[in-house]
Amino acid sequence: MSAAVSDASFAARRQAALGDADLRDALGNIQTHLVEGRRRALADVPQFDALRDEASRIKTHALDHLDIYLEQFAAAVTTAGGHVHWADTGADAKAIIQTLCESVQARAIVKGKSMVSEEIELSSFLEAQGYQVVETDLGEYIIQLREDRPSHIVAPAVHLKRGHYADAFRAHHTALPPDRDIAEPEQLLAEARAILREKFLGADVGITGANFLVAETGSAVVVTNEGNADLAMTLPKVHIVLATLEKVVPTLDDALTLVRVLARSATGQAISAYTTVVSAPGKDTAVAGPEQFHVVLLNNGRTDLLQGRERPMLKCIRCGACMNHCPVYGAIGGHAYGWVYPGPMGSVLSPTLDGRAAHRELPHASTFCGRCDSVCPVRIPLTSLLRGLRDEQSATGLAAPWPRRWLRLWGWMVLRPRLYRTVVSLGARWVRIGTSGRLRRLPFLRGWFDSRDLPAPAAQSFRSLWAARQAGRGTPS
Amino acid sequence: MPDRQPPLHVLLLPTCLVDTFRPSVGLNTAELLERAGCTVHVADQLSCCGQPAYNAGERATATAIAQTVLQTCERYDYVVIPSGSCAGMLRTHYPRLFADDAAWSPRALAVAAKTFELTQFLHDVLRVTLTPSAMAPCTTTYHDSCSGLRELSVHAQPRALLAQVDGITLRENAATEVCCGFGGLFCIKYPDVSTRMVDNKCDAVEATGADLLLGGDLGCLLNIAGRLSRRGATLQVRHIAEVLNGDLHSAPILAPEDRS
Repeated sequence: MSAAVSDASFAARRQAALGDADLRDALGNIQTHLVEGRRRALADVPQFDALRDEASRIKTHALDHLDIYLEQFAAAVTTAGGHVHWADTGADAKAIIQTLCESVQARAIVKGKSMVSEEIELSSFLEAQGYQVVETDLGEYIIQLREDRPSHIVAPAVHLKRGHYADAFRAHHTALPPDRDIAEPEQLLAEARAILREKFLGADVGITGANFLVAETGSAVVVTNEGNADLAMTLPKVHIVLATLEKVVPTLDDALTLVRVLARSATGQAISAYTTVVSAPGKDTAVAGPEQFHVVLLNNGRTDLLQGRERPMLKCIRCGACMNHCPVYGAIGGHAYGWVYPGPMGSVLSPTLDGRAAHRELPHASTFCGRCDSVCPVRIPLTSLLRGLRDEQSATGLAAPWPRRWLRLWGWMVLRPRLYRTVVSLGARWVRIGTSGRLRRLPFLRGWFDSRDLPAPAAQSFRSLWAARQAGRGTPS
Repeated sequence: MPDRQPPLHVLLLPTCLVDTFRPSVGLNTAELLERAGCTVHVADQLSCCGQPAYNAGERATATAIAQTVLQTCERYDYVVIPSGSCAGMLRTHYPRLFADDAAWSPRALAVAAKTFELTQFLHDVLRVTLTPSAMAPCTTTYHDSCSGLRELSVHAQPRALLAQVDGITLRENAATEVCCGFGGLFCIKYPDVSTRMVDNKCDAVEATGADLLLGGDLGCLLNIAGRLSRRGATLQVRHIAEVLNGDLHSAPILAPEDRS
């Protein structure tokens, strides 16, 4: 288990989340903004399902030929004067980035938002090496100030309210007048912009992620709504792109098709405010921009995923639609999932990338309602993947033993209908003793009765009523 | 009407929950089918479709149960289930369960093709016109069960059938397509999360001001009614089969008037 995982058990994390009134309000905003936003955006694109098919085809094709496209991408980057670094693990990637920073005697680093950097805990590593690291996405910035963790892959600070921003700004921007008015979002934004502008101008290295890597051009495609990544990749003299292997797609057209489904699925926008295609500077020194362009291509478990049953998970383009539409995420928020990726995609990725035992509960924390499957822009069969993880737990003995024993006993009885019916009927009769038709508590099913009543079992089961009815009519059942 | 000649022999799978908690759903389902000209059968040897085991990752148990279900279902023209969840198990998941089994896969696919959720069968296959039933005017809201909605595309059918019932005004709730938090064993395993989910559902249902909540899956309805009952709500909860068959004699699920 990585250090990013909360030490608390899933039960404790859930309890903390469910007791947090601010979080409940914040999660309500996802419904009104992101879910409704996606619905409105889709209304303008009647062929959206066909677009999802195309997006899924592009990613599947890229994964089927991943070696070829990665080599093509690396060659194109090199030809354009950039540098590609292959990293097998997070530690490898961090060492490479550290070496690059040392090579230019860097002191200050600005970062664009990148879930991969969260995955390998890059910022805390670089800070420990003595670098000043500043997150420049507003949500990530507030998270950094609060020493918090993202709770959503697109809207990292979705669990926070406006007041949290103002408090953190007052606590950290101590050079500003303490009595300044920062109650309104515009005021917060203006202050963040002024502070971050100085950081951009003073940075030696800019690190961004990539939404897509384009094999034919050796480019990275980066989408944001704040333009912060554009500043991070153009103002410092070194730009480092940190991306995992599965981000590569064959062509720029492919990347743009994926951008069409990404923005609509993520935030309900037709296109993100900033969609940037960035490549190595080439030999034209008249072009303004960084002198060095590096791409760190990180594996970190992807090649294992590629060979496993969860391979379709590598199609994920990190839009967050599955978590926005997930009623479990809507109840407990992102932190309760315990690692960097929450919601249905996280319940597949956390066990597969970060340890099956450490995240044993996540595949079970779903009602299989299927809403994630129905909104995924690249048609990842999320519930099937979760079911596969449950099957695997049962087969390997990782699943909790008692539910399994009960289910096997129950299954054994189901296959013996007369016995099963006798047991159910005796149980029903026993439960009915002394009730008025409404059960408020039983010695078992405590979880149900903590918050819910249950009707008492009927005096006569459907089967016995049916048998009596057919006998009365002289027809066998 | 499809290629089969009447009378159609329909196997009614009542579901474990209907059998134990709400026999009226099974009886009303049978009457609806009989009035539409079907001969209804109930198989003694079947109790559960195996979904709890399948969803828990107990494939061997689920497979053994599914094989007995398939053997029985093969004898009938159609299989009709008053539940989107159990119908989804037969239609969507049995073929997946046997996908790699050359002997059983065609049998699973054949049974899947003739298995229907109740409102789907009444509306899409039988294309019934309901016998008009007298119902006191009431405002209703509908809960789409997740399996019915997303595995079987059951959405228009219950609404079209309800439109044939005099006196019913349908007022949709904002969360009609959102899971109620039942999820079979989920509600026992994660009761805290399940409770928040069903509270969100109850809030949305109550916000409509409806007198009656209808749905096609007893699991969801027990969950929502159970929570409404604990919250002291006055809203009634019923399975759609009861209303479509004009049976309002039996008390609603956890009837509000008994709530003390």
